[in-house]
Amino acid sequence: MKADTSKTARAFLIELAVYAVLVTGYFFLVLHFLSGWLQNLHLHHVKLYAVVAIALVICQAVVLESVTTWLFRLLRGRSE
Amino acid sequence: MFFPISESHISPIYLVVIGFLIGILGGFFGVGGSFIAGPALRAVGLDWNFAIGTDLAHIVGKSVVAAKRHRALGNVDLRLGLIMAVGTMGGAEVGAQLIQMLKRAGNVNTVVSVISIVIYTSISTFMIWEAWRTLRLQKIRQPGKKAKGPASKNDESSFSHRTRAIQSFHLWPMINLPASGVRISLWVIVAVSFVGGLFAGFLGGGAGYIRMPMLVYVLGIPTHLAVGTDLFEIIISASYGTFSHAVKGNVDILIALVMNTGAAIGAQIGAISTQYFAGPKIRLFFVPLPLIGAAIVIYTLISGHKL
Repeated sequence: MKADTSKTARAFLIELAVYAVLVTGYFFLVLHFLSGWLQNLHLHHVKLYAVVAIALVICQAVVLESVTTWLFRLLRGRSE
Repeated sequence: MFFPISESHISPIYLVVIGFLIGILGGFFGVGGSFIAGPALRAVGLDWNFAIGTDLAHIVGKSVVAAKRHRALGNVDLRLGLIMAVGTMGGAEVGAQLIQMLKRAGNVNTVVSVISIVIYTSISTFMIWEAWRTLRLQKIRQPGKKAKGPASKNDESSFSHRTRAIQSFHLWPMINLPASGVRISLWVIVAVSFVGGLFAGFLGGGAGYIRMPMLVYVLGIPTHLAVGTDLFEIIISASYGTFSHAVKGNVDILIALVMNTGAAIGAQIGAISTQYFAGPKIRLFFVPLPLIGAAIVIYTLISGHKL
């Protein structure tokens, strides 16, 4: 039981570390390039901005869910 | 990190941590977590209008992650969620109109604050009574029996006799919800979602703190499915709210995207954790959430500061 708990905790910490690296890369690459374009949309095409905002947040969520699920499976060697 | 849309400087680590914490709550309880996210965004200097709009956008992303995970666990009733989305949007519009009426009357803050305190404390009081009673009954019936491994989704509630009475209300059309194992009048579902939407429009946020208990106690949906279905329904209603706020210029989508990087992993942890708790325990753990909401409102009333 204790061995299981420590294994899960270790896997979780590795997941967090891998995820932190991916997220940091994501901040600098994606958000940096998007911010100017999004600001322009927000100022001049507000309806398009609203649609793009929802699309972005949903797409990001789907991608992140896939990445975290993949990490969970990879590091724990089983399907959650 | 500078966010040009809202012209604010906020640490991305702060946003990721807040997103992570709210993600766990959302994945486990099926709530949006606006009672924490709103004040947390205000605390770092974001204007109130941006805090509300951005929080809604963040709720959409977090709910997508948590609902996808709950769907994989078999905890989402899609038919129920789609029907509820219609009632929620209608209720949200009426709630927003009520706010406008109170604004014109000039006493919106006092009325909304008092109503929210009464509602939050009533939900918590009722849930602690019901969950405690159900757990005690289970203990009397099965003394010494302790569940091992993932908890069963077969739910029990000491309030189930009232729920059965509501389900026996045969007003056409009756809707079959095989995923939840419930057959109930469409009008009861619409009424429940309308009330949830009304509170979302009136008090702000996703109103999961009122919808999740109503799914369990009024419709008789098992707690695990109530959590997953509520999240699925929140995707639709919060998207509608995000669009409405974005058109009014109240959404900084970059902040929401950063928050969601933390929420994605938190929501997965929260959703997976529901497997290890039985329905009454999840309901018992839910009790502090509306109380935190009430405490925040009381603080704003006493101090005069809006968090």
